[in-house]
Amino acid sequence: MTNQNGRFGIHGGQYIPETLMNAVIELEKAYNFYKNDPEFNRELTELFNEYAGRPSRLYYAEKMTKDLGGAKIYLKREDLNHTGAHKINNVLGQALLAKKMGKTRLIAETGAGQHGVATATAAALMGMECVVFMGEEDTKRQALNVYRMKLLGASVVPVKTGTATLKDAVSEAMREWTSRIADTHYCLGSVMGPHPFPTIVRDFQAVISKEIKEQMLEKEGRLPDVVMACVGGGSNAIGTFYNFIEDKEVRLVGCEAAGRGIDTFETAATINTGRVGIFHGMKSYFCQDKYGQIAPVYSISAGLDYPGIGPEHAHLHDIGRAEYVAITDEEAVNAFEYLAKTEGIIPAIESAHAVAQAIKIAPTMDKDKIIVITISGRGDKDCAAIARYRGEEIYE
Amino acid sequence: MSKINEAFKEGKAFIPFITCGDPDLETTKKCVLEMVENGADLIELGIPFSDPTAEGPVIQGANIRALSNGITTDDVFELVKELRKTVKIPMVFMTYANVVFSYDAEKFISTCNEIGIDGLILPDLPYEEKEEFQSICDAYAVDLISLIAPTSEQRIAMIAKEAQGFIYLVSSLGVTGTRSEIKTDLASIVEVIRANSNVPCAIGFGISNPEQAAKMAAVSDGAIVGSAIIKLLEKYGKEAPKYVGEFVKGMKDAVRSV
Repeated sequence: MTNQNGRFGIHGGQYIPETLMNAVIELEKAYNFYKNDPEFNRELTELFNEYAGRPSRLYYAEKMTKDLGGAKIYLKREDLNHTGAHKINNVLGQALLAKKMGKTRLIAETGAGQHGVATATAAALMGMECVVFMGEEDTKRQALNVYRMKLLGASVVPVKTGTATLKDAVSEAMREWTSRIADTHYCLGSVMGPHPFPTIVRDFQAVISKEIKEQMLEKEGRLPDVVMACVGGGSNAIGTFYNFIEDKEVRLVGCEAAGRGIDTFETAATINTGRVGIFHGMKSYFCQDKYGQIAPVYSISAGLDYPGIGPEHAHLHDIGRAEYVAITDEEAVNAFEYLAKTEGIIPAIESAHAVAQAIKIAPTMDKDKIIVITISGRGDKDCAAIARYRGEEIYE
Repeated sequence: MSKINEAFKEGKAFIPFITCGDPDLETTKKCVLEMVENGADLIELGIPFSDPTAEGPVIQGANIRALSNGITTDDVFELVKELRKTVKIPMVFMTYANVVFSYDAEKFISTCNEIGIDGLILPDLPYEEKEEFQSICDAYAVDLISLIAPTSEQRIAMIAKEAQGFIYLVSSLGVTGTRSEIKTDLASIVEVIRANSNVPCAIGFGISNPEQAAKMAAVSDGAIVGSAIIKLLEKYGKEAPKYVGEFVKGMKDAVRSV
């Protein structure tokens, strides 16, 4: 649904320095060629299946379904992918594309560290140099992921500017890209930034909804009633939604991080609290003050701790095709613990935001209805932080 | 005819940049008056933005200092009104697209016209996205300044043809900040610009001393300097105006010697 200038309704576009314009034009040309190239698609499918472990399972959460007493719940297990999250789908696609374009170096931003780890992994696999920008605050919250990236051969640059979180890591990666373009591809981790990134990342993540559809038809012989996913920038959510956008009877629900609540300043719920603005290469919704200064956002989840949202989500919201709800830290932590105890699955704290919404709505739905929740990543990385949230200090 | 042209009438232009409100508006005002006194031909006033993605660490620091003092776009407009009581040379704003968009682009640009701002530089607004702002700028006679980069290549002619005010030629890859050496073949870029536009062309990014300024002015119509001035503000704070004045004088002499 991208139009020619990379617009989704009024959102999207290419609000970047002139220095980068030829780089994104070159990227768009290359992508438009390779996305229809059988050899590229064969290689990518092989990487997905043999390396990342796709297709990921669509698991019937029977205990959870019975416990909640309403709609039937399925979990799309992106947490079972290699590197433990959906991020690998996009990274394998972009790294392969970058390699075909003759690039030898990948740079990336990361929040929780999942995208950084995935990029470092792809770089190791394909023999490319890798530099990951990570907010200094996040390098402390996610020290284990910093170590994983280094182990994989990447260098990690702690970003000290601004709030020292994900948005500052994106800004720094963009600055780095303007200073070194010829050999470097910016492997953006979400459906955000300037065109063509929101389209490229969405296409690589759309494998999630493609599989959900096939698996659901096989298991239930029909489409689900609701598909839901957590939303920061929105890559796993757009991947979950994409192949259902034309199926109007399927409700699309994105779960934003409300942090301490959407009536507080400590929130990252962009659609629920933000306004239209221009930042990080795109027009979309952003948390900002009345003068357009980007707000310091907050969520317990480093991966959702971002003041913007991808332009396609902004458009799906504008036209009423998708709903965006806000889930607080407390609700997400409860859902994190609930899924662990009920199904023996520890979800990423990001994904727990989607689980929390399912816990709210499943009991209100009839037993013949079906909900699919995308579990975007696994929660090992979050255990120490959740323990702290509950007042328990643990040491790794 | 754009008022910005006046800056280039007497010879090569020296264009200093300052972030408004760093460390406070009173110091900014004094610095601008020193700049004018010491021969600045055009002044670039930066409106602070929380996340200046085209800036290096020095100007990022100035933005943070100004914002932590609570400086707003309205405060900057008041400063300009105050300055315009005495300052006659052209002045332009340099800020980010969201600062203009969030204020309401028409309200922002019409205010520029009212208070005597002659142009607008938005480093995150490339040719492809300019129409939304260009039509309003045209309606209120504010020049929307185009940037051309070392990577622009086949885009140079297209951008130059529609340029107004002056063309901001970015000297090197990367973000703002002082550099020991500028290696880009700027002369050949300027040649393409000249073949496609009569608008003056000034070079910025990485220029910190009189030798570099003279070199840049030799191949273009002027030199733009930001980070080297902000370093003086970082170092001297409220005492910076006289140092800024001395610096501007040295740079102007170098540029005019070309």
